[in-house]
Amino acid sequence: MEISTSSKQINISLIGNPNSGKTSVFNRLTGLNQRVGNFPGVTVDKKSASLHLSDGRKATLIDLPGTYSLYPTSMDERVVLDVLLDTKSKYYPEVVVCVVDATNLERHLLLLSQVKDLGIPVVLGLNMVDLADKNGVEVDLAFLQKSLQVPVVKINGRTGKGISELLDKVEDVLYQPSQEFMPLDALASPVIEEVKKSMLVKNDYQALLLAHHHQRLHYLTEAEKQQLIQTTEKHAFQSIRLQVEETMQRYAKITPMVELALKKSMSAEEDTFTDKLDKVLTHKLWGSLIFFSILFVVFQAIFAWAEYPMNLIDDIFSALSAYFTSVLPEGVVASLLTEGIIPGIGGVVIFIPQIAILFGFIALLEEVGYMARAVFLSDNLMRKFGLNGRSMVSLFSGAACAIPAVMSTRTISNWKERLITIFVTPFISCSARIPVYTVLVAFVVPAEKFWGVFELQGLVVLGLYILGVVGALGSAYVMKKILKTGESSFFVMELPVYKTPQWKNTLITIWEKVKTFVVEAGKVILVISIVLWVLATYGPGDAMDKVAEQVKAHPEYSQLPKEELDNLIASKQLEVSYAGIFGKAIEPAIKPLGYDWKMGIALLTSFAAREVFVGTMATIYSIGSEEEDRVIEKIRKERNPETGELVYNAATAMSLLVFYVFAMQCMSTLAVVQRETKSWAWPALQLVYMTAVAYLSALLTFNIMS
Amino acid sequence: MIVQRNLSELQEGESSKVSGFVDQEIAVKLLEMGLLPGCSIKLLRTAPFGCPLYLKVNQNYLALRRKEAANIILE
Repeated sequence: MEISTSSKQINISLIGNPNSGKTSVFNRLTGLNQRVGNFPGVTVDKKSASLHLSDGRKATLIDLPGTYSLYPTSMDERVVLDVLLDTKSKYYPEVVVCVVDATNLERHLLLLSQVKDLGIPVVLGLNMVDLADKNGVEVDLAFLQKSLQVPVVKINGRTGKGISELLDKVEDVLYQPSQEFMPLDALASPVIEEVKKSMLVKNDYQALLLAHHHQRLHYLTEAEKQQLIQTTEKHAFQSIRLQVEETMQRYAKITPMVELALKKSMSAEEDTFTDKLDKVLTHKLWGSLIFFSILFVVFQAIFAWAEYPMNLIDDIFSALSAYFTSVLPEGVVASLLTEGIIPGIGGVVIFIPQIAILFGFIALLEEVGYMARAVFLSDNLMRKFGLNGRSMVSLFSGAACAIPAVMSTRTISNWKERLITIFVTPFISCSARIPVYTVLVAFVVPAEKFWGVFELQGLVVLGLYILGVVGALGSAYVMKKILKTGESSFFVMELPVYKTPQWKNTLITIWEKVKTFVVEAGKVILVISIVLWVLATYGPGDAMDKVAEQVKAHPEYSQLPKEELDNLIASKQLEVSYAGIFGKAIEPAIKPLGYDWKMGIALLTSFAAREVFVGTMATIYSIGSEEEDRVIEKIRKERNPETGELVYNAATAMSLLVFYVFAMQCMSTLAVVQRETKSWAWPALQLVYMTAVAYLSALLTFNIMS
Repeated sequence: MIVQRNLSELQEGESSKVSGFVDQEIAVKLLEMGLLPGCSIKLLRTAPFGCPLYLKVNQNYLALRRKEAANIILE
């Protein structure tokens, strides 16, 4: 017995209420040594890290999402229940470390009492003791420890104090099941007894939670679910009533205990720092104005700060391509590397600065506690469009990249609100649209100042962003009217007290978001880049070679310098390649929008990443480099061979811009939406719907302008 | 019989005490967030257009919509 338990992998789960400072504690314990994975069956992030206990044994620390109780309402919270109930799971914890906010003892002990009743060994990490001290509240540790029957350690997630002690206590309680916090059989004894018999669980609370949650537990088999449904129906099990009763009984025990454990030396301040700050920050008028100013500053920063690193990345990858072109013998390998793989990777890396900056701001606003205020201020507006205050955070993130934004909807507990948020988030102009906007806006809008202050081009770009927001909210409104749900929507949110930010937490969040983007988007973008390279490099039969010969043999071109001749050949070859054939095939469909087959190719390649548009246009117009100025100059002169009219006029460019605002041109996002909604129907609908909106809007724009 | 007030009828800046809940499903959520019968509760302010409500419950701050607030009965 001894041998079998000690050789087993030791899992330590970290749990706690939202805002308990749990993340800081986890970051303290692990640093950057974290792995992000998925819990089986769900897409909620599982953050874990390996640790060594003092006796050298290895343990895995798993950070569970913040939750108020074991009666979850959102997808995030449900994971906690899945992990703590499934005793056979490989994530089932040997010990739970429960992080508790000392300034909010009563509420935080509710969750701890529930974990105790599951029989899992628990260690209580008492966080924010310094804050309690400041409020004139002293916690009697010995008393708390005695009445709860769990080891209590004072910790400070901000300074790291007490963290190593916490691990020592973990070793102390290992394999020592927790004492029951309170008897539960009085609540629903017939059901508990029957579940214990049929499901082979020994513990009362496990049985009770199974009776409550069986329909939503991922690990149960169909037969087990049926069995539980039968049991609960037979005994007319009233889930909601029993939840209230259980919670009240717990508080009946916790409240007097907390009163005895706390020594108050002064009465609580009437007007705290948070109170004072929120008088302004959540003020109806000033609060809203400040919120919009913050949004404005963040977007300014994205453009101003990201430009330099982005140019640098661009230069590095161009140099890499040029280097390999010069050293490798000409052929398929060189071409695949320099025209497929390197630009493909570059296309992913180039977005990192913008994504890092935007998520840096979001993480910082979250850290100081402002994000909850932004949610509070925008809930009413969001609700009119079938969304939730929390959707605002997702839409905001969508301006960097839709992939992490879609993932961030997991905190929205109402399924309909969450689904609508996922569906409309890709309408928000993400960083991949910026290069397209830059080229096309520079083409149609003169670089002039408006009233002497505003850049006219900047205003048009702003207009495109607003158009994206209108598209998102408009679509949300339509979905709100169409989708029916029986699920009630509720919004109860804690507004945490303001805190100075922890830079380490912010940096780790940025690191995680960037990693998610690189992994999720990166692999798709890379694969598509290679597929597109194949389509653009090969044509049916020997068409490609023939074209090259024709150009070389043409007397008119024989005087051209080598570089220009090569570019010309590349352009002609693209025309007869599979990509060119595709472009010509869809030309009838895009002609009403003012596009020709060349733009058709660019629309196709945009599926890898929207910014590939610029590179494709450069190749089509036989410009060796991707310099934006030269692309603009070239397309300005392009004429239709049949009519002799300019191909690109203001109408075409505006139509193309509008198309890019609305179109769903991102395979990675579709893949993530599939995972989050667990259905191919939603991403398929999203693709069809967004393409239709893009097409019709572009059609309208073109016809109005020409 | 005294007609009991609910939280949505509280004026901005006014304080009261929680006495109970109407809807049990929302009650569970509120209880676990520390909003218990007997708690002192103050409506600090509302968001633009009167919803959601910004409340101080004991020493905690909670935001909830008017619809949920109507489920909270005051003493």
